[in-house]
Amino acid sequence: MKYAYYPGCSLECSSVAYEMSVQAVAEALDLTLAELDDWNCCGATEYFSQDELTACAVIARNLSLVEPDVDQLVASCAACFLNLKKTDHLMGEHPELGAKVNEALAAGGLSYQAGTVNVRHLLDVIYTDVGEGPIREKIVRPLTNLRVAPYYGCQVVRPYTDFDDPEYPVKLDELFRWLGADVVEYPVKTHCCGGHMTQISEPQAFELIRRLLQSAVDREADMILCMCPMCQLNLDAYQRAVNGYFKTEFNMPIVFFTQMVGIALGIASDRLGFGKEIVSAEPVILEKLGPKALEPVA
Amino acid sequence: MAERVGVYVCHCGSNIAGSVDVEAVAQWVGENVENVVVARDYKFMCSSLGQQMIEDDIRNEKLTRVVVAACSPTLHEKTFRRVCENAGLNAYFFQMANIREQVSWVATDTASATRKAKALVAAAAKRVQRHESLVPMKVPVNPATLVIGGGIAGIQATLELADAGYPVYLVEREPSIGGHMAQFDKTFPTLDCSACILTPKMSEVGQHENVTLITYAELEEVTGSVGGFKAKIRKKARHVDETKCTGCGICSEKCPTKVLDTGFEVGLGQRKAIYTPFPQAVPRIPVIDTDSCIHFVKGKCGLCQKVCPTGAIDFDQQDEFVELEVGNIILATGWELFDCKKIPQYGYGRLENVYTNMEFERMCNAAGPTGGKIVLRDGKTEPESVAIVHCVGSRDDNHHSYCSNVCCMASLKFGHLVLEKTNAEVYSFYIDLRTSKKDYEEFYQRLLREGMHFVRGKVAEITEAGRVPFENGKLIVQAEDTLLGRQRRVPVDMVVLMGAMQPQPDAGDMGRKCNFACGATGWFTERHPKLDPVATMTDGVFVAGVCQGPKDIPASVAQGAAAAARVQGSIAKGIVTIEPITASVNPDRCSACRVCISLCPYGAIEFNDEEHVSQVNPALCKGCGTCVAGCPSGAISGAHFTDDQIFSEIEGLLKSGALSADAPAAQGEPEPEQESVSL
Amino acid sequence: MITVPTDQRAATFLDDVIRETPGGEQIRHCMQCGSCGGSCPNGPEMDHTPRAMIAMINAGQRDKALSSNTMWACVSCYACTTRCPQNIPITDIMYSLKRMSLQEGLAKTDAPALAKTFTGLLDKYGRSFEFGLASRYYLFNRPMAMLKMGPMGLSMFTRGRMSLIPTKIRQLDQLKAIIDKARELGDKS
Repeated sequence: MKYAYYPGCSLECSSVAYEMSVQAVAEALDLTLAELDDWNCCGATEYFSQDELTACAVIARNLSLVEPDVDQLVASCAACFLNLKKTDHLMGEHPELGAKVNEALAAGGLSYQAGTVNVRHLLDVIYTDVGEGPIREKIVRPLTNLRVAPYYGCQVVRPYTDFDDPEYPVKLDELFRWLGADVVEYPVKTHCCGGHMTQISEPQAFELIRRLLQSAVDREADMILCMCPMCQLNLDAYQRAVNGYFKTEFNMPIVFFTQMVGIALGIASDRLGFGKEIVSAEPVILEKLGPKALEPVA
Repeated sequence: MAERVGVYVCHCGSNIAGSVDVEAVAQWVGENVENVVVARDYKFMCSSLGQQMIEDDIRNEKLTRVVVAACSPTLHEKTFRRVCENAGLNAYFFQMANIREQVSWVATDTASATRKAKALVAAAAKRVQRHESLVPMKVPVNPATLVIGGGIAGIQATLELADAGYPVYLVEREPSIGGHMAQFDKTFPTLDCSACILTPKMSEVGQHENVTLITYAELEEVTGSVGGFKAKIRKKARHVDETKCTGCGICSEKCPTKVLDTGFEVGLGQRKAIYTPFPQAVPRIPVIDTDSCIHFVKGKCGLCQKVCPTGAIDFDQQDEFVELEVGNIILATGWELFDCKKIPQYGYGRLENVYTNMEFERMCNAAGPTGGKIVLRDGKTEPESVAIVHCVGSRDDNHHSYCSNVCCMASLKFGHLVLEKTNAEVYSFYIDLRTSKKDYEEFYQRLLREGMHFVRGKVAEITEAGRVPFENGKLIVQAEDTLLGRQRRVPVDMVVLMGAMQPQPDAGDMGRKCNFACGATGWFTERHPKLDPVATMTDGVFVAGVCQGPKDIPASVAQGAAAAARVQGSIAKGIVTIEPITASVNPDRCSACRVCISLCPYGAIEFNDEEHVSQVNPALCKGCGTCVAGCPSGAISGAHFTDDQIFSEIEGLLKSGALSADAPAAQGEPEPEQESVSL
Repeated sequence: MITVPTDQRAATFLDDVIRETPGGEQIRHCMQCGSCGGSCPNGPEMDHTPRAMIAMINAGQRDKALSSNTMWACVSCYACTTRCPQNIPITDIMYSLKRMSLQEGLAKTDAPALAKTFTGLLDKYGRSFEFGLASRYYLFNRPMAMLKMGPMGLSMFTRGRMSLIPTKIRQLDQLKAIIDKARELGDKS
């Protein structure tokens, strides 16, 4: 199946491991992700704080760039997914706003009709469109004995709830059970990582991160799986700072879920962006999945 | 001979006269509409003087038709029809023009209001000349009544009717009557033991000479109409012969199969495959659960049959159908509990020690699965702290927008039981405390005195993920204490969710069977929410108890009694008068296409195979006119709404000259000279 | 629920918030249950919980509300919006309050600066530029914190997760035209 694909700025840079693993996994699962040509940044949570109309217009430019022969736009980044879906939704529910957005787009020679593009998150595409059967068939390295904590975060499951339950989602859990992993019961799986608060006010932000890490430790998880660049950054890059602040000793690898899907599909770890995480995931992967776990399986 | 029409235009004080020039209307109609021989205006037509005026005119002026231009027919059509009858004129030779709600109350200026009133009155005066004399039908009322639902509302209705000397059929779908009230421990605000106040009534029902109790049965179908309904009941096979069973209970005692009781014990306790739902069941005749009984599942065992001293076990018993003939029906079908799993953040079904309100009732009940002890799921540990969460599924647009009425009081009751039976602290998390009836506020005061804690804040989530050491191993209830303006986390051992009451899943079907509707929230629709809460839009069908909307026991009892009183009134009168505004099929024109039968919302049309035509049953017909409009052959006419009558009304509106095109637009301008067009 | 405020700005506060927020009329349905305040991950950090903010909006406490840190502590997790029993778009109301506080010059905390820096880079390059964002933001707003960021920044850089050079889209002119037009339309309303 062919999808239009919106990587988002983080996947090009701070979360390049996500992008690498997405591309590798998409290839292995026969998903054609056609990157939008000359897409622009979605503005994350920052543009809406300043100017709603401009924020929508900036996002809508991307929606208008989707080729007419494709009706699905896939995003891996949670914030990009939310922004694209939200803008499409706002333009549809509030025609006056939609009209103004189109007026702005027209200044750039573009236009977008609400409802034209179905914005979806990558996990939805893998779970729903590829599905259990085809995935099970392609598993060459079951993730047996690997204890994973599935961390959904906020913006993939809220406020758009058609994909999974906003309070107790299960699709990432199920996907990883297909892959043979030991999915732990992770009660904080939809609790916020604090988003950009790590840049604004550390004490509360660090506490939110600490709780997520502690819960994974309590459940004896080997790693936390993420589906959002911000979550991964906060839990991984700030883990040392959190340890310093609370005098804790967390050493919890934080990986993008696609990286582990890749391992299960037998893809080499360096194609999946391993080594980019600050708290290394490699030791626990080798320990639980064997000495050859990071090598490709022919 | 030409008709002689009397037209009366009411001032209704200043209600009409304030916007409409009533004298001008009366005068104009008198001068411009053919056959109008009397045209008066009067301050209050509905007063005894006003009515007398009409009566006198009918006699003295030999009027053959009467028009009153006043308020809505809903209010006074009956009044003036009676006036006509008293004066010897058929009641249906009367027409009412609504110039209050439809003119005066919506008018922007006197000139246009007066024009519109003239048109409406002219229309009425033209129409009434085409009216035909009609006679209402009288139908006898069968003194037997069908009550569906054996909870407290149904029981109350049954006893009232039976005590009045009338036969009652009480049909209940569970093996025993008693409803949800039989599951409760104590009732608020008196803290009466629920079973103690309920079982005497249940007993009375079981023994009453005028009551035929049909349990473990469902309503299949209802035909007929008020005074003469036919109800088909399916008696589900109990596999126990009711005529032989003495209720000794040996079968249940010896039965080797135990299963989780998801019915009466709401999953907290067990029962046998052959069982009565609780010891005080009425009737005490057990039922075999064929899904778990070894005989039905594997073809073995049969122990109950061997031990039964009277040979009452009958494995081959089939469902039986019973036809009941009754004059009235009372629906008292109650409610079911909201599925608390729909709110995952409260953890019901996932976190062990989160309970629903019904589970907690069974726990507190001395005859319940824990013998009345308040303990955690391990069956022995007493909680040190209990949280009670209000509004679970109620007052929530994500689930049910309505308030379930009883939960605030039930929460206080639970708080009291916890404080009485344990040393635990109790926290109630509420949005509002609704304790509005007699002795209810005092009950709240009592709980304040007893030391129950109250936190005003709808619970955001319940979690086991502790953040600090003292939270570990507890259930943490997180909410904003809105009175403090701060988020609080209260660690507790046990949580009780006050789940919403919701309509029975088959309420819609039940309504359809009895020919009336459920509202948008799924509860049965009463005839009028303020003035007629127990009647429905279908004559002869009444509702009582929670099936009409969430309410507590006193309100359910009151409604049960009210419905019974209405039925008693109908039985005492002995006959039901049915308005003759019904449709009839002209057999010469009927082409037997049967489109009308599929259109009729009341099931009032039947096909006569012998004569090969459709026929309307006037007792069921409501005069809605759908079949009249739908018949492709134009074979159906609606009495009192014939084409003739309607066309003449339209003529009166459009051709009388009242709505003249060059009439003045602004108030205060003089009326242009009307062309006197004699119609 | 509504106490009558005495000055004009206060009197129109509720209407202004409703106008600024798509779907904002629902705010009138708030029964002050506290679901939002109870759910908010940053609630304990806020001067006023989300619920209290809505009470303040209803009471016309414009200056107090717009100068609080509440909306700037909102991380757009949408837990409040999902749980609200009256379907009030609380997160979007927080965005409206952010915009209104900036327009009225009452915004506080470092969050507005982060937002402005981010959008400034977006306007300039069509993409975000994480290194530029971090360096500019910390330099101008939290210079001392910048020192603490050093080690983390280095780890990111050595792992190829941070670029020192911004990426630009090709059709910057097109984006600029769209942004300018949107700003112009926004000013008119």
